Amino acid sequence: MTQRVLEILINAFWRILLPGIKVTLPLTFFSFALAFVISVIVALIQYADVKILKQICRFYIWFIRGTPLLVQLYVVYYGLPQIGIKLEAVPAAILTFGFNEGAYMAESMRGALEAVPKGQIEAGYCVGMSYLQIIRRIVLPQALRTAFPSLSNSLISMVKGTSLASVITITEMFRQAQIINAIYYEPLWLYLEAAMFYLLFCSVITLIQRAGEKKLSTYGGVK
Amino acid sequence: MLLKVENVHKSFNVEVLKGISLEVNKGDVVAILGPSGSGKTTLLRCINFLEKAEQGTLTFDDVTYDLATISKKDINNIRKKTAFVFQNYNLFLNKTVLQNVTEGLIIGRGMDKNKAREIAVAALKRVGMDNRLDAFPSQLSGGQQQRVAIARALATDPEIIYFDEPTSALDPELIGEVLNVMRDLAEDGMTMLVVTHEMNFARNVSSKIVFMDEGEVIETADPETFFENPKEERAKTFVQGIISARN
Ligand SMILES: Nc1ncnc2c1ncn2[C@@H]1O[C@H](COP(=O)(O)OP(=O)(O)OP(=O)(O)O)[C@@H](O)[C@H]1O
Ligand SMILES: [Mg+2]
Repeated sequence: MTQRVLEILINAFWRILLPGIKVTLPLTFFSFALAFVISVIVALIQYADVKILKQICRFYIWFIRGTPLLVQLYVVYYGLPQIGIKLEAVPAAILTFGFNEGAYMAESMRGALEAVPKGQIEAGYCVGMSYLQIIRRIVLPQALRTAFPSLSNSLISMVKGTSLASVITITEMFRQAQIINAIYYEPLWLYLEAAMFYLLFCSVITLIQRAGEKKLSTYGGVK
Repeated sequence: MLLKVENVHKSFNVEVLKGISLEVNKGDVVAILGPSGSGKTTLLRCINFLEKAEQGTLTFDDVTYDLATISKKDINNIRKKTAFVFQNYNLFLNKTVLQNVTEGLIIGRGMDKNKAREIAVAALKRVGMDNRLDAFPSQLSGGQQQRVAIARALATDPEIIYFDEPTSALDPELIGEVLNVMRDLAEDGMTMLVVTHEMNFARNVSSKIVFMDEGEVIETADPETFFENPKEERAKTFVQGIISARN
């Protein structure tokens, strides 16, 4: 690494990190929040076997899992305007990332819901609780606990996934690295620098995940 | 008479309940005995609507309902006057001992939190679990969990408690503590309908035996008569089996 490269990298440090903090992280946050809400609803509809809605959910999951995220982004941002639905880049990205990851998270959530021992539902009925009360207070908290590691993985994959937003004009970390690279042409070092920031973000999330898992442990610590 | 079921039919592919009838009076401890697979669990589950019977009536507090067509509202009303103790406890795993008992009071019945706590602690005291209020089910032995489950049942002040083999998931050395609690309840006049394989309990604590086999009630008798002098052939074989298993 030459003196010149070093200077470029130091100079690029904040210029890449800043969109990381100002764009990548909020993009991840809102997309994940959307994905989370979608996943809980979609998983619960399937768990509770709600007719028709359940079919719609299966179709949604089938569609999302069978098509590339990149193509979905193009359809939403470049395609939908053709039928009069014009979205700004950021909302388009949040919607796409949210609905995309939501489908995968819904499957983990559903598995976690199914894993809650059914007898507790019957016990809930027998002490006079309604189905919704049982779901909200007994089943869902246990399922969320079970799904926690896989939800954290989704969050990590979403941090990385937001780099795709660069293709629909959003200047997040990766696009910023591209822009800087267009000036200095040091792709190896500049992209590695961007990669390092992704690594940093993901490592922090992993640490938080570990701490969270310890803290939550299982109810009563045994299992 | 508190509870009466008549002509209950239930099938899973094959018919497992073939027209069951039985009666429970206030203060009765009725033991349902019978070989494995005879339909005892299914019967209790139909009586508490955890399974839907295809045919049959249930009379509770002098009101008769059709089991096949009973409304959700009636089900909820009856459930608020009954309680169920399961073979494998079915405690809420994300709730503490205390919360397991208060949940049905606060959430199911809209009771004030302080009052619910008071009632729950009293119920837990009755089963000797008031010293573990903040423990989670996974931190308790099977016998302790079952006693909490009994407290959960008691706290709702039911007119009758259904027990489905409350001790058969327990290690032998833990059975006694649960049976003792049940014996105390019986002495206090609690009405109970108990499916059990514990013959000593059936014999010494229950006031009536209902013997089932292959989805039918074969014999109904007081415990003394049933164990000393059963009338029906299948009941005789069953009692003989118990005696020879013991020797
Ligand atoms: N959900 C179900 N689906 C299909 N068959 C069932 C179901 N529940 C029970 N059965 C069948 O119904 C019959 C009666 O079962 P049940 O559990 O009521 O017997 P039981 O008298 O409680 O036996 P045990 O003493 O072993 O508990 C059995 O043949 C069982 O296989
Ligand atoms: Mg059974």
